Amino acid sequence: MTVLLPRDLVEALDMRAVHPEATPIAGGTDLCVHWPQHVADEPRPRPWLDLSSVDELRERRWTEDELTLGAGATYWEVIQDRRAAEEFPLLVDAAERVGAVQIQARGTWGGNIVNASPAADGVPVLMAYDAILVLRSRERTVEIPLSDFYLGYKEMRIRPDQLLTEIRIPRKEYDFQWFEKVGSRSAQAITKVGVAVTRRSAEWRVVANSVAPTVCRCRAVEALLASGDTVSRPDDLMAALDDDVSPIDDIRSTARYRRQVLARLLYYRLRDECPSFT
Amino acid sequence: MLDIQFTLNGKRISARIDEAERLLDLLRYGLGLTGTKEGCGEGECGACTVMLDGLPVNSCLIPAWQVRDREVETVEAVPEAALSSLHESGATQCGACTPGVVMTAWWVRRNRDVTESHTLRQLMAGNLCRCTGYDGIIEGLEAWLAETGGDREDVS
Repeated sequence: MTVLLPRDLVEALDMRAVHPEATPIAGGTDLCVHWPQHVADEPRPRPWLDLSSVDELRERRWTEDELTLGAGATYWEVIQDRRAAEEFPLLVDAAERVGAVQIQARGTWGGNIVNASPAADGVPVLMAYDAILVLRSRERTVEIPLSDFYLGYKEMRIRPDQLLTEIRIPRKEYDFQWFEKVGSRSAQAITKVGVAVTRRSAEWRVVANSVAPTVCRCRAVEALLASGDTVSRPDDLMAALDDDVSPIDDIRSTARYRRQVLARLLYYRLRDECPSFT
Repeated sequence: MLDIQFTLNGKRISARIDEAERLLDLLRYGLGLTGTKEGCGEGECGACTVMLDGLPVNSCLIPAWQVRDREVETVEAVPEAALSSLHESGATQCGACTPGVVMTAWWVRRNRDVTESHTLRQLMAGNLCRCTGYDGIIEGLEAWLAETGGDREDVS
């Protein structure tokens, strides 16, 4: 097994360019599950690129317009950040619902994004805040909205020579923000249905996880909310939801449960926020 | 093989590791510190909890090379005398989860401010116990927190 141990970002990007086959690893909370078996099962192991000691990736910077979250910032660092809790409470809400402190202390926001699990809890809230990803290679830096990043299950707009280095979160005034997660228990659960919602005047963001091959923006639901059309029961959201999500039966839940719970979560929470909900 | 250095229970050490070793393997088999237990091997149960740079982590999810130049503390660093409140509350039964429970509880004890924003049950949620049902663990931790005296100083 080969391990690449960069000391800073420049070195990490050089190694990424030379070893595009390497697997970047930071907190390892997903990659290291049953690690000995994975190692044994892989006949020709790919190199690991360890980003856990690249300090530049952990920085959080506030400017007038945005919070820039280093991709290697951990959930726990954000949970402890009073300013983040004030301005972006959904980041803290989601982080608190990921595992428990042992996972929160290691798991990173960038890792949650590029691991690309449909159940990722960090991604819906970032997407609801219109986060922008900064992807760097040795040659250039590009940016892409998080809501355009996923192409399909575990498929992303990132090249093998690129690293996700920063997550830019615009500072906007929201008049409504909400995150909810449904799992088998309140701690240490993987999401069966999750949803993050923000509103800025008439502009809604509705983002759901665990109900599609990727974490997904629910644009039809957003349009319905903005339209002012009457919604008088959870089922009135179904036509829009079915345009947006495609839940499946799996080890954690069923498609039917996920669809119904998502509609009910939205209806009963937004009833107090939307005049068009009766 | 890789040579790494890190601080273990307050002492700077060097270790030659296999790249496939986890921190848990290094502690138990490389260094003979068998207090740390393997439970699930997937970051769920918390039996393998150790402190890394002052925070509780699952040592089954950490490749050993990730602790180079960092500070690791294991259950062996916790003085027996510090644990009387956990003993008295019956916070242990079969003992498999206990080293991990002790490490998270010790972290709470040394970082009491976390109890301002989190309940003890939230803070202990990453340590699964299938025998005692948690009440003894929480009572023991409450009693430990109520004990007067310093935090880091009086136990290390």
